Amino acid sequence: MKTKMHRTVLGAAALSAFAFAAPVLADEDAELIVNGDLSIVTKTAAPAHLSDSLDEILSGWRFRNDDTQVMQMDDFDNPGMLGADVGLDQFAAVMGSEGKSCADCHDGPESLSTVRATYPKWNEAAGEVRTMQMQINDCLTNQMGAEAEKYDSAKMLNFEAMLAVAARGTPVNVAIDGPAQSVWETGKELYYTRFGQLELSCANCHEDNYGNMIRADHLSQGQVNGFPTYRLKNAKLNGIQSRFKGCVRDTRAETFNPGSPEFIALELYVASRGNGLSVEGPSVRN
Amino acid sequence: MNLTRRDALALGLGATAASLLPLRAVAAADDAIAVFTGGAKVGTGGITLTAPEIAENGNTVPVAVDAPGATSIMVLATGNPTPGVATFNFGPLAGSQSASTRMRLAGTQDVVAIAKLADGSFVKASSLVKVTIGGCGG
Amino acid sequence: MASGVKPRVKVPKSAAAGGTITIKTLISHKMESGQRKDSDGNVIPRSIINRFTCDFNGQSVIDIKMEAAISTNPYFEFDAMVPEAGEFKFTWYDDDGDIYEETKDIAVA
Repeated sequence: MKTKMHRTVLGAAALSAFAFAAPVLADEDAELIVNGDLSIVTKTAAPAHLSDSLDEILSGWRFRNDDTQVMQMDDFDNPGMLGADVGLDQFAAVMGSEGKSCADCHDGPESLSTVRATYPKWNEAAGEVRTMQMQINDCLTNQMGAEAEKYDSAKMLNFEAMLAVAARGTPVNVAIDGPAQSVWETGKELYYTRFGQLELSCANCHEDNYGNMIRADHLSQGQVNGFPTYRLKNAKLNGIQSRFKGCVRDTRAETFNPGSPEFIALELYVASRGNGLSVEGPSVRN
Repeated sequence: MNLTRRDALALGLGATAASLLPLRAVAAADDAIAVFTGGAKVGTGGITLTAPEIAENGNTVPVAVDAPGATSIMVLATGNPTPGVATFNFGPLAGSQSASTRMRLAGTQDVVAIAKLADGSFVKASSLVKVTIGGCGG
Repeated sequence: MASGVKPRVKVPKSAAAGGTITIKTLISHKMESGQRKDSDGNVIPRSIINRFTCDFNGQSVIDIKMEAAISTNPYFEFDAMVPEAGEFKFTWYDDDGDIYEETKDIAVA
């Protein structure tokens, strides 16, 4: 199922807190077809930049149990679609002092079907790497005269869910070269940096131990192609950077916050680890 | 540590109270069953309860019931603080006496379904659902 | 809870006369169980949808008593008989007295 070039030795503190055991549960060979007709790539060859660490990349969907997997196979069964629906309403709603809606500039979400797969992305005019949420806030404040939304707010995630549906099935393809490269390198460094009292890096769990159990949880590769994600745990849409925050917190570290330069860089890097998987949001996870 | 008689008594009482808690939840489930059945005898067979053996998260657990010919089916989560989940009452235009939903389970426990059949008798099925606690943010 | 509650139902557009169809319903609702506490330690009062009904041309298909253990965004799946063309009516009853309704027409082929 997977090749590992080397297994990182976990710190003693980490071992005492988290026990890794043999995998059970999920059907890692299941295939995701949504509504009976939309094939989603949940397993494919790893992008070239991962050639030293992974042969294959796998969507988090493959690591969930049957009941959770099934919920994402039909848009009616998928409660995350409630958010995508509200996102469509928001798209048509006039917001801000300019009296404009998203629909006044954009010709329906279909016209934005490449967004979800290509962000985070370098913005030449602004001279920065922007996530989707940064770009949406730019529209809200500079084009529409509306208030900026907080990072990973319900409204933001509804917009993201709508954009994910517009792009669903297309391969994730974020650019890591050119002007984005230095940010990508920062993100890569963060991915392999051990944080917290448990001294765990992203890679310790999601590269070295995916497929294993961390207590009762089946560790995935930590791919973000399925975001925003409807979690059974909190029964709402969850954002990428809030998930990062949860992970870093669980290493017993002071975390970065959603919207911080560190998490923007990490989002670009982690997104690039999924280049080739399909956009599948809003996904359903535990 | 020095224990006075009073401390020991308090400890003992605490332990008794703690051990009674799950019993109380089960008693509430028994009460709900008694109200539903009017104290009638409950048989087995003729009812299917489908719930996962292991739920990835207790907050959203799929459950399905099916009892051909039933007029109503009550579903109980016997280990929840309040055991009621739902009671399905089938009308004349029900296409089958089956339904499914998603429920919250406070922890590993028995889920019980009781059907009232057209002849007024009752049948029951139960299923143990293990609720896992995630490793991360679980 | 009256704001932002969105019912969704999935009903086939047509059925064979006298045939059976499967219906799915989903409504956005927090289903506050009454078991949780806020950050100050106060119990958050229960606020749930306590009943759901589906009727076809005025006759009952299903009538569900819902309790606090039903998950956020309540979901139901059940079967209905379709004796003739007509209208399905779906009704959700909120603890706060609000009622959410949705209707769907079905043809017979």
